[in-house]
Amino acid sequence: MEKELRLMKGNEAFGEAAIRAGTDGYFGYPITPQSEVMEYLMAEKPHERTGMVVLQAESEVASINMLYGGAGCGKKVMTSSSSPGISLMQEGISYMAGAELPCVILNVVRGGPGLGTIQPSQSDYFQSTKGGGHGDYRLITLAPSSVQEMYDFVGLGFEMAFKYRTPVLVLSDGAIGQMMEKVEIDAQVPRLTEEEIRNNYPWATTGRYKGRERNIITSLDLDPARQERHNEALQRKYREIEKNEIRFEKIGCDDADYLFVAYGTSARICQKSMQLAREKGIKVGILRPITLFPFPYAEVEKMAEKVKGILSVEMSAGQMVEDILLAVKGKTKVEHYGRMGGIIPAPGEVVDALEQKLIKG
Amino acid sequence: MAETTIKSEIINPENLVYKKTDLMTDKVLSYCPGCGHGTTHRIIMEVIEEMGLMEDTIGIAPVGCSVLAYEFMNVDMQQAAHGRAPALATAVKRLMPHKTVFTYQGDGDLAAIGTAETIHAANRGENITIVFINNGIYGMTGGQMAPTTLPGMKSSTSPYGRDLGMMGHPLKITELVAQLPGTHYVTRQAVHTPANVRKTKKAIRKAFELQKQNVGMSFVEVVSNCNSGWKMTPVQANHWMVENMFPYYPLGDIKVDGEIVENN
Ligand SMILES: Cc1ncc(C[n+]2csc(CCOP(=O)(O)OP(=O)(O)O)c2C)c(N)n1
Ligand code: SF4
Ligand SMILES: [Mg+2]
Repeated sequence: MEKELRLMKGNEAFGEAAIRAGTDGYFGYPITPQSEVMEYLMAEKPHERTGMVVLQAESEVASINMLYGGAGCGKKVMTSSSSPGISLMQEGISYMAGAELPCVILNVVRGGPGLGTIQPSQSDYFQSTKGGGHGDYRLITLAPSSVQEMYDFVGLGFEMAFKYRTPVLVLSDGAIGQMMEKVEIDAQVPRLTEEEIRNNYPWATTGRYKGRERNIITSLDLDPARQERHNEALQRKYREIEKNEIRFEKIGCDDADYLFVAYGTSARICQKSMQLAREKGIKVGILRPITLFPFPYAEVEKMAEKVKGILSVEMSAGQMVEDILLAVKGKTKVEHYGRMGGIIPAPGEVVDALEQKLIKG
Repeated sequence: MAETTIKSEIINPENLVYKKTDLMTDKVLSYCPGCGHGTTHRIIMEVIEEMGLMEDTIGIAPVGCSVLAYEFMNVDMQQAAHGRAPALATAVKRLMPHKTVFTYQGDGDLAAIGTAETIHAANRGENITIVFINNGIYGMTGGQMAPTTLPGMKSSTSPYGRDLGMMGHPLKITELVAQLPGTHYVTRQAVHTPANVRKTKKAIRKAFELQKQNVGMSFVEVVSNCNSGWKMTPVQANHWMVENMFPYYPLGDIKVDGEIVENN
C-alpha cells in the first residue's frame, strides 16, 4: 500500500501520530508553542475515530497525574507541553519513574528561565536528561529534528515506554513544533482491548479480574533496604536502556576534520553551516544525537579520536557540551556555541564560531 | 484456662456475629488506636464486597496517614502524589468508564495541596466517588495546621491556636464542592458510634450506586478524629470532635439528587 503523505506542522503531526499509534488518552493544558497538539486532537474527534480520550486538564500538574492514573491501568497515555508546563510536571514524572509507568511526554521547548519567551530554545537539556524531578531516575529522551520525527517518535516512544515501563520524553522545540514539512502517515494501529491489556500488562490496575491478587501502583516503600533494591533495579533498567537504545545520525563524518554535535533545530542549522564551511574548504561533519538519554558517548569518543575539534551547537548556554566533554575525555578540543532567549543561530554564525573557537583558536 | 475456653467459643463459627470482609487484608493497620481511618477503610471494603464490585474497583490512595491504604484494601489500588488522587481517578474512570473508581483522601491532601484537582474533578462531573477524611489536622506529618483546623484550635504550626486574622479560616470544601453542578451527591458523616458507622456505610453504598448510574461525582466527607495530632486519648478525641468539630462541620446530607438540601 502506498504511504499517505501530508503537509503538516510538527505539533499537528504529533497529534495525528497519537491517534494513529492507538493512544488511549491525551491529557494536556494549553501553552505556546504547542497548543496545536490539543487543538488538532480536539478538531479530529479521536473519540469517534478510535475511542481515544482527549481531555483538557486544569493544569499541567493535573495532566501528568492523569497520565499516572491512566498508565497505571496499562493504557497508552500522553501529554504535551512547553518548558514552564514541563517544570510543573516534574513531580509527577518522578512518581511515574518511581512507579515504573509508561507514557509519552512532548516538550516543545521555549526559552527560559521563568516565563522567558515563547520562541524556540534548547535550554531544557539538563532538566530532561539528568532527571528534572527528585530522586535517582532517568528519562528516555528522544530529540526530533524534523516533522517526520515528531510523528515517528510517538510510536517509537510508546514502544520504548512499555518495553522498559518508564516515561519517554520527546524533546522538541518551538521551531520544529511550528514548522511545516511533508510527513509519511502510518496505518491506524488499533487500541488494545481490556483483555489484551490484562494479558500484556499483568501489573496494571484493571480490577481484580477473576479474583486475582490485587495490583498496586506505587512509588512508596518505607523500608530502606527494599527501597534501595528498587532503586538498584531502576538503575539496572537505565543501564539496559544505555546498552540497547542509543540512536544518532552522522552526516559528512567520513572525511571530517571538525565535528558539530547538535540535536533538533540546531542540527538542522548545522547542516547548512556544514555546507557553508565545506565551500570554504573546512571539512566538517555532524553528529546528531537522536537519543539524548541514552547519550551516544562512545560514538562521540570515536569521533574525538579522528577530528581536530568538536563544536557543540545548542540553543542554550551550553548544556549538552557537558556530556560531550564526558565522552571526549580530553582527546580533542571541545567548544560550545549557542544562542539563548529564543534566538536560533544563523548558519554563518556557526561557521564563524567554528573558525574562531577551534580553527584559529 | 478459663480465658482460652471463652476465646475458642467466640471463634466457633456458630457464635460468629461479625466477620472481617475479605476485602480487608490481614495486615495490621498502621493507624493509631481509635482513629477513624481504619473504620472507614472497613466500611468502604464491605460495601464493595456487598455490591460485588471487587473485580471492578480501582481505588486511589492519598498522601497522609492513609498513604498505605493500598496495604489494607484488598482491591486494585494506585498511590497518588499528595493531593492528586482526583486527577488519577479522572483518567482511570475516563479510560475505563465501566469500572468503579474511588479516591480516599485526608483534609490536607484534598483541601490544601489538592484543592484544584478536587474542585475541577467535581466541576467536570467525573463519575467517581471521593471519600474525604476530615480530621482538622495533618496527622501524618505530626499534627500541623490543616485548612480545616478550627478557629483557635492548637496544632504544631498554630501552637497558640488558629488565629483567623493570621492563618485564615477553616475551609468548608464539602459545601463548596456541593455548589458545583458536577456533583450529584454530597454528604457529611462520622464513624465514632455504631449508629454513625451504619449511616456512613449507607452513604458510601449510595455513592457507589450512583457512580454506576453515571450521574456525576459522589462525595462523602467523614468527620474524623486524630487523637495523636489533637494530643488526646481516643475517648477524649471523640468527645472533642462531637463538641467542636460537628458544630462547624454539621453532619448530614448537603446535596441529594443534584439538589442542595435546604437547612441541612
Ligand atoms: C508535595 C508534598 N508536600 C508535602 C508532603 C508532606 N505531607 C505528607 S502527608 C501531609 C499532610 C496529610 O494530612 P491529611 O491529608 O490531612 O491526612 P491525615 O494524615 O490527617 O489523614 C503532608 C503535608 C508530601 N508528602 N508531599
Ligand atoms: S496520626 Fe491521627 S490520623 Fe494518623 S493514624 Fe494517628 S490518629 Fe489517625
Ligand atoms: Mg487530616
